[in-house]
Amino acid sequence: MADAKVIPFDEDRPRRRPPRRVRVAAATEPEAVAPLPAPGAEAGTGPGGGSWDRRIAGGLAFLRRRVTGDYEVDDFGYDEELTDQVLMSLLRPLYDKYFRVEVKGVENIPKEGGALIVANHSGTLPLDGLMMQVAVHDHHPARRHLRLLAADLVFMLPVVNELARKAGHTLACAEDAQRLLEAGELVGVMPEGFKGIGKPFGDRYKLQRFGRGGFVSTALRAGTPIVPCSIVGAEEIYPMVGNAKTLARLLGIPYFPITPTFPWLGPLGAVPLPTKWTIQFGEPIPTDGYPPEAAEDPMLMFNLTDQVREQIQHTLYRLLVQRRSVFF
Amino acid sequence: MGKVVLVTGAARQLGGRFVRRIQRDPDVERVIAVDAVTPTHRLGSAEFVRTDIRQSAIVRVLAEHAVDTVVHLAVTGGTAVPGAGRSAVKETNVIGTMQLLGACQKSPTVRRLVVKSSTSVYGGTSRDPAVFTESTQPKSLPSGGFAKDAAEVEGYVRGFARRRPDVAVCVLRFANILGPYADSALAEYFSMPVMPTVLGYDPRLQFVHEDDVLDVLGLAAREPRRGTLNSGTFNIAGDGVMLLSQCSRRLGRPTVPLLLPAVTWVGAALRTVGVTDFSPEQIRLLTHGRVVETTQMRDTLGFKPMYTTAETFLDFARSRGNGLLPPERAGRAVDRVAGMLNADLTSAGPTVEGAQR
Repeated sequence: MADAKVIPFDEDRPRRRPPRRVRVAAATEPEAVAPLPAPGAEAGTGPGGGSWDRRIAGGLAFLRRRVTGDYEVDDFGYDEELTDQVLMSLLRPLYDKYFRVEVKGVENIPKEGGALIVANHSGTLPLDGLMMQVAVHDHHPARRHLRLLAADLVFMLPVVNELARKAGHTLACAEDAQRLLEAGELVGVMPEGFKGIGKPFGDRYKLQRFGRGGFVSTALRAGTPIVPCSIVGAEEIYPMVGNAKTLARLLGIPYFPITPTFPWLGPLGAVPLPTKWTIQFGEPIPTDGYPPEAAEDPMLMFNLTDQVREQIQHTLYRLLVQRRSVFF
Repeated sequence: MGKVVLVTGAARQLGGRFVRRIQRDPDVERVIAVDAVTPTHRLGSAEFVRTDIRQSAIVRVLAEHAVDTVVHLAVTGGTAVPGAGRSAVKETNVIGTMQLLGACQKSPTVRRLVVKSSTSVYGGTSRDPAVFTESTQPKSLPSGGFAKDAAEVEGYVRGFARRRPDVAVCVLRFANILGPYADSALAEYFSMPVMPTVLGYDPRLQFVHEDDVLDVLGLAAREPRRGTLNSGTFNIAGDGVMLLSQCSRRLGRPTVPLLLPAVTWVGAALRTVGVTDFSPEQIRLLTHGRVVETTQMRDTLGFKPMYTTAETFLDFARSRGNGLLPPERAGRAVDRVAGMLNADLTSAGPTVEGAQR
């Protein structure tokens, strides 16, 4: 019954799949077109009926490619078209209107080539990763796609694993990370893992241990810079006041969150609080100056890990001081 | 000096085609085709020896014909004999390989051994990396079925390679083999009018074309070309990846997503009535998928497949005829809607959509 716990997750994750069969094609047609208008309006395709026609045509052309299977996925199962057209469009209202994410320092993300973005992790459900993905894609001048590294739990859950792969996420392991970095992709990782996302509300904005620093050696091997990223606002979306450990163990999940509203209000309690977010990308830390054997040096690994961690923590404190209110 | 090539598993489609192909090689003097049953297809000028590789008679065959190259293709998911049980298949795979390797070890003439294996030796779980390389250790070993056989066969082959360092041993791990003549379990699955899938999972699949399989087997059975090495273990797969949902759309065969336990029951039911071999291992493939890296195949083995994964699938789909919902009809349905709305799809290519935000 692990699925029961995923209900809130599903709420924020794009649930609708593109139509699979023609039978439903006619019925879902307006839906498939729907995601397009909002972004299209800002693209400035021109006022009046002309842009609507183009949008409908674009939506139908997209639908045609989907029902005939005429699209590409990469080795990791990343479906760029689906991510751009549907998944991102579903996350964008949450990003723009609900959390009103403010992005700073996006120029610190390289224009091209591999880079490892290391961020803090919080919020009971991994919404921060998804928001970071939208932030990078929408604000970066090169519209880069962020490839997130996710916990194995994500790939064990039905439906979630499918969507995660299509959105470009992959398992957080050194092999996958290195392969993506060497292919010149932008990789996002949250080294705190479950310790970060499942920490009690009282510990908010206190960075947990950064795993074993495996992400540093992966970046070093690939010779890609590390971009620290601090996310403020995600800690308060689900204030976790308790953890039903026995229940979590029964369900086979790392923690079972108890917030002032969840599980008391049922699905309603799974609605996140509308906090105001800030995502700040920091100065990149270069890793190409080290000799190849440096990736095996534990001392250097710990130092670099600490450096990244300190930088994120300091930026977090700075952003918190600047913040006027949790919600505005 | 001519070469004498022995091919096991010649009664199967792939084995038969390889026997016919290798005869045309000018360096090959004689081809000995071996299988436990008489093949229904022609084998050309090859000499067919009917013997069961599970028996030690194979030693005599090797010695009699002074075989120098052994191509072991009798490692398969099914047998040439319809209705043979799973235990007989396992015995041919494992005991047959042990006997054959024992015979090779005794034979002073054998110089080269090529073994057909499968990428299913990597297993495939949610905890595995997305792409397997030749050196990836599987997180959980295959618990049964063909995957376990292949893993065991590879273990024996490694042992043989240690004991006979003078023999060049090449293990080829093939991705799912498809093509117009494919008779594998996956080909049967793709021929079902309605395909049961696992609800909530969309596996990544990789295919290799039969013609490429024959080419790479030929390459491995010959002397290595300059700058390449054809001994070792190699993943063989076409470029690119396809999702199962994509396969079903391109085939025009609708899918029925079932909960994981239900898929197991349906699989068992289908197997009982003999429609298709829907083994637990196949369900595993259809749940988690499997993608391998092929850099070694390109750089070390020097093999470039002619077909990509998508082209292989297209060739296979063409040979199978239309499903219930051919993609052309699906496309036309969308076009009709577009016609009703007076939308011009050709002007609205990906460029329009790429301009968003």
